[in-house]
Amino acid sequence: MIETKQYTAGEELVNLFTANREMYNEGCPVFMNGAREAALEKFYKAGIPSKSNEDYKYTDLRPVFQNDFEVVPRYVEQSVDLHEIFKCDVPQLNSHIILLINGWYYGRNRRVGEFPEGVICSSLQHAANEHPEIVEKHYNKYAAASADPMVNLNTAMAKDGLFFYVPDNVTIEAPVQVINIMYSKENTLALQRNLFVLGKNSEARIVFCDHTLNENYYILNNLSECHIEPDSRFGFFSVQNQHNGAVNITSFFANVEKNALLDTNTVTLNGGVVRNNIKVQLVGEHAHANVNGLTLADEKQHVDNFISIDHAVPNCTSSQLFKNILDDHSKGVFSGQIHVFRDAQKTEAFQQNNNVLLSETAEMFTKPRLIIDADDVRCSHGATVGRIDEDALFYLRARGIGEKEARLMIMFAFADQVLSQIAVPVLRERLEDLVERRLRGELGPCQHCTLNNKK
Amino acid sequence: MTEQDKILEKATSEDYKFGFTSDIETDIIDKGLNEDVVRIISAKKEEPEWMLEFRLKAYRNWLKMEMPNWAYLKIPPIDYQSISYYAAPKKKPQLSSLDEVDPELIETFNKLGIPLEEQKHLAGVAVDAVIDSVSVKTTFKETLAERGIIFCSFSDAVKEYPDLVKKYLGNAVPAGDNYFAALNSAVFSDGSFCYIPKGVRCPMELSTYFRINSANTGQFERTLIVADDDSYVSYLEGCTAPMRDENQLHAAVVEIIAMERAEVKYSTVQNWYPGNKEGKGGIYNFVTKRGICRGDHSKISWTQVETGSAVTWKYPSCVLLGDNSHGEFFSVALTNNHQQADTGTKMIHIGKNTRSLIVSKGISAGVSNNSYRGLVKVSKRAENARNFSQCDSLLMGDKCGAHTFPYIECANKTAILEHEATTSKISEDQVFYCNQRGIKTEDAIGMIVNGYAKEVLNKLPMEFAVEAQKLLAISLEGSVG
Repeated sequence: MIETKQYTAGEELVNLFTANREMYNEGCPVFMNGAREAALEKFYKAGIPSKSNEDYKYTDLRPVFQNDFEVVPRYVEQSVDLHEIFKCDVPQLNSHIILLINGWYYGRNRRVGEFPEGVICSSLQHAANEHPEIVEKHYNKYAAASADPMVNLNTAMAKDGLFFYVPDNVTIEAPVQVINIMYSKENTLALQRNLFVLGKNSEARIVFCDHTLNENYYILNNLSECHIEPDSRFGFFSVQNQHNGAVNITSFFANVEKNALLDTNTVTLNGGVVRNNIKVQLVGEHAHANVNGLTLADEKQHVDNFISIDHAVPNCTSSQLFKNILDDHSKGVFSGQIHVFRDAQKTEAFQQNNNVLLSETAEMFTKPRLIIDADDVRCSHGATVGRIDEDALFYLRARGIGEKEARLMIMFAFADQVLSQIAVPVLRERLEDLVERRLRGELGPCQHCTLNNKK
Repeated sequence: MTEQDKILEKATSEDYKFGFTSDIETDIIDKGLNEDVVRIISAKKEEPEWMLEFRLKAYRNWLKMEMPNWAYLKIPPIDYQSISYYAAPKKKPQLSSLDEVDPELIETFNKLGIPLEEQKHLAGVAVDAVIDSVSVKTTFKETLAERGIIFCSFSDAVKEYPDLVKKYLGNAVPAGDNYFAALNSAVFSDGSFCYIPKGVRCPMELSTYFRINSANTGQFERTLIVADDDSYVSYLEGCTAPMRDENQLHAAVVEIIAMERAEVKYSTVQNWYPGNKEGKGGIYNFVTKRGICRGDHSKISWTQVETGSAVTWKYPSCVLLGDNSHGEFFSVALTNNHQQADTGTKMIHIGKNTRSLIVSKGISAGVSNNSYRGLVKVSKRAENARNFSQCDSLLMGDKCGAHTFPYIECANKTAILEHEATTSKISEDQVFYCNQRGIKTEDAIGMIVNGYAKEVLNKLPMEFAVEAQKLLAISLEGSVG
């Protein structure tokens, strides 16, 4: 019998942990459990982030944790086959499909496919016990320094997630699709922890899809750490498509070594409260990071993208492009930071944030920050908030295109600047299609998601 | 009798109640801050009850606040109890001729091109009673009085124009606005009050007068400028001459109220002591400046040249309340050696068709840190708001930092907001080009920096623009090579 309790306030999470310490430690190796206490202490001191936390200035998470929800410290076997009830309708993606349920690696994954020799793709807890030499070297090495309470909560309480390891000189052609499903009879807080390690001169692409399978209240606190060895290429694409009442707090930490390339794109199509923390550290020379994102929000959705890129060594390049299209009462937040460390000369870092407000009541908050401690650098940032360009609209209408269609064309072109950079062609085409339908007001979410599974 | 003399006499005569006069310098209040100190300050200044209430309210607010720590600054803890909150302005030692003045100071004066008589005044040399500046001052006063312009010290204003002060004080910066503003509201020493009546265009830059007056401004200064309907005034605070002051902490407040169609142009040149090359000493400059464009079609324009102070924490802001009102902010902030600056502006769009423009030029040299921090906020009913912000940073040397923290909050879809920022350094090509033409590297850097800052310097009143250019070059001395 699994003991589950109802908890309300964030502080009580700490009590929950202390009361069930054995259960949280159960099955995890010492290095995972050892990190829990320090993180819990930091979480306890900071509490659930509110507006008084400068990093959460525009996103108050306290109300989010006011609802009743349960936390499940053990894997629960599902009575139904998730492969049957969830079918991603991107069939051409032709990828490895890995399911995770409420933050746990699904026990009956059967569409993983064949990987080249040496690749490890498994549950994190499993890998931590089976391959401690790899996991211990990287586990909590990049997230530990974070002051973010949500990151610390994850380190303190998460037990499982995806572990993905690509050995030196291995290229995985097909993208790996990871589907994070929230599906429970109860309102649930899920804590998922992932670790990706790419060996030297390797290549892989991971597509994260966040879904909810019913209308319960879900909080997903999903943290990924990623270590990219020299000369490797890693693509991380996140497609967030949860129902309007769900909360998605996703953190992504990347450590990018010499000559390595990181390409990430976060597309938020739907969700209730979404917070994306992306922290990239360029620690080897000539490393490059592309960090892009697109948000389409309506109703009362709240989407916060919090980006931080550290240029720790000379000769690295990075580029950020984030766009928001906000309708109804939605709120968009962008906080992007470029930090060029002392002596990180010849850095080139660019940041761009463009936002369109479609309704009288939508709001946008943007905070594009530069912290530059070296002089021989090229850095720039730009941010705009506006409406659809009337001149462009006139141009199209003068050519016989109806107003509605013209507006759609302009908005789509605006969004496509982000989508066109996605390096997985089938995913890009699929997202372009989804975004277009979303903009047209046809309910865009993947067909097998929430809206078709309401029963 | 000058302002300072009056205050000094008043204070000393109170202390020595038996008609005993003395010219001994006295710090009247012991170090430390409590409610009694606030009461004593108010009593010393013979303030009415409402003024005391204002101070006490601010003091009680201040007690509940914590010193803000969000700025990108490293400030050692400040012991607010080790500061004396009321001291009659000390008389500077009177020197008999310029020969006795620190030659370094004289050299700086010469580089800035400050006229000889003014040099004497600024350096504290005893000056003849009939020198030009004094007579000029009197003439100015007459001209201003003719037009009904009120321009006097804050203490005088409280006594002579209590209705006006009462009506406008705390409008733009309420007593509990922020930590430093609350501290200032509780203990402010003195400052200036300026009222421009309806339809009057102030015939001169209030700068010139103020500059002569400004040699002895206090530690907690308070300025209130009210421009009534259809009026115009240009005001210059500060001085290009180096300001050596013993007080380490400066927390000033400036409030501007612009009524219908009024325009206020406020320019600052700040050149407080920045500390020595090792970062020892220097002034902490924590200033709250805010203007309200209350009337329709009103305009407030801030221009600042910040070259001094060890730590600068300053965000001159505009609240664009009236429809079609207009806010502007032009800034050059230069940091060298161990200086730190976190400065920028806030533009709060509330009225319809409001516009704002932000041009910020940061220059960092040595091991200094220079941050731009600005907020552009568009409220729900601010239809057709328009903002353009540009923040450029220039880095000189590989040990300094230039940072940008813009905040944009938009709640109206008709708004068009743009923000641009770039970071660059002086290219070797540019310096080489100048060298080839016989211009020394140091002069070349000065030229390039001035070209970079020209957009802002052009906004300064003419005479100060010239001095400010030289000031930039002087502040950068020793940072090249």
